Amino acid sequence: MSDVAERVKKIVVEHLGVEADKVVDNANFIEDLGADSLDTVELVMAFEEEFGVEIPDDAAETIVTVGDAVKFLEKATAA
Amino acid sequence: MTQSQTGSKASSFSGVLAGRRGLVMGLANNRSIAWGIAKAAAEAGAELAFTYQGDALEKRVRPLAQELGGHVLGQCDVTDAASLDTVFEEVRKLWGKLDFVVHCIAFADKDELTGRYIDTSPENFNTSLFISCYSFTAVAQRAEKLMGEGGAMLTLTYYGAEKWMPHYNVMGVAKAALEASVRYLAADLGERQIRVNAISAGPIKTLAASGIGDFRYILKWNEYNAPMRRTVTIEEVGESAVYLLSPMARGVTGEILHVDAGYHIVGMKNPTAPDIMKD
Repeated sequence: MSDVAERVKKIVVEHLGVEADKVVDNANFIEDLGADSLDTVELVMAFEEEFGVEIPDDAAETIVTVGDAVKFLEKATAA
Repeated sequence: MTQSQTGSKASSFSGVLAGRRGLVMGLANNRSIAWGIAKAAAEAGAELAFTYQGDALEKRVRPLAQELGGHVLGQCDVTDAASLDTVFEEVRKLWGKLDFVVHCIAFADKDELTGRYIDTSPENFNTSLFISCYSFTAVAQRAEKLMGEGGAMLTLTYYGAEKWMPHYNVMGVAKAALEASVRYLAADLGERQIRVNAISAGPIKTLAASGIGDFRYILKWNEYNAPMRRTVTIEEVGESAVYLLSPMARGVTGEILHVDAGYHIVGMKNPTAPDIMKD
C-alpha cells in the first residue's frame, strides 16, 4: 500500500469510526462506510489538512470511494 | 506561528465565567467557531448547554458536549417557534435562569453563494434572512425572560456585512441585518443589564465556510493582507467571546468586535503581498 493510501485509510477509519479492513479501495463512503453528507465534506477537509492540498468542489464531488480519494491525492501530491 | 501567539493561555482567563450558565446554539463539529467559544467558555468556568439541528448534527454535538461536561437540550429548529419555546423551557427547568446565550446559526442556499447577488431568489432571500438574522431576535425574546439578573447575548457576523465580498451575496445582506438587530436588541435590553454583542470573525475553514465559493482564495487573501499577516483560529474567537460574555465586558453592548487579525482596517492590497491566482 502506498504511503498516501495508508494515510487516507487512517483518516477514514478515525473519522467514520469503521473497521480498518472495511476501508478498501472500492468502498463507497456513503453506501459502504455509513458516511452522511456532512461526513463527506469533513473527510475532504481532513484530506486537505493532512496532505496540504486543495480539493476544489467539483473534484470533491468525484471522490465517492476510498480509491477515488487515494487516486486524487496521489496525483495532487506528486506535483 | 508559535503556540504562544495563537494558542490558548488558560490561566489568563480561568474563572471569569465561574458559576455562569450559558446556552450555545449552532455547534456543528470540532471546527465550528461555536466549538472555539464553548471550549473557551468552559475553560473560563461556565456551565454549558447545547442544542443541535437534526440527527446528522446530534451525533456530532453529543460527544463534544460531553467533552466539556455540558448538557444537550435536544433538537432545536430556529424557524419553528414551538421548537424554540421547548428549548427555553428546558433551560428554565435545568437552571431556572440563564446568564448568556451564544448564537452561531446562519443559512443560505449554497447555489446562491456563488455568482451574483442580484440573482438571489425571493425564497432564498426570505429563508436566509429568517434563519441568519431573525432567529437571533427570536432567541433573544426567549432568553430575556430567563435573564432577570442581567445577561449577555452573542452572535457571529462577518465583514461581508460591511463591505462587498465575492460570493458572500445574500449572506452579506443577512449579516448586515443581523448587525443592525444587535444594536436594536442592545437598546431594548440595556436597561435590564442584558448586553447584546457580535463578533465579526475573520474567515475560518469551518463546515459552514465550505459552502462559500473560492473560500481558499479568501483565506489566502486575508493571510497576505491582514495587518497581522495571518488568519485567526476558533480558539482566538472563543477567547474574545469569553471577554464579551464575562463581567470584563460589563460596560459593552451593541458592539461588533472584529476578531480578524485586523483585516477590517485594510483599504487595499498590501504592496508586498504576493499576487495569488485563483485555483
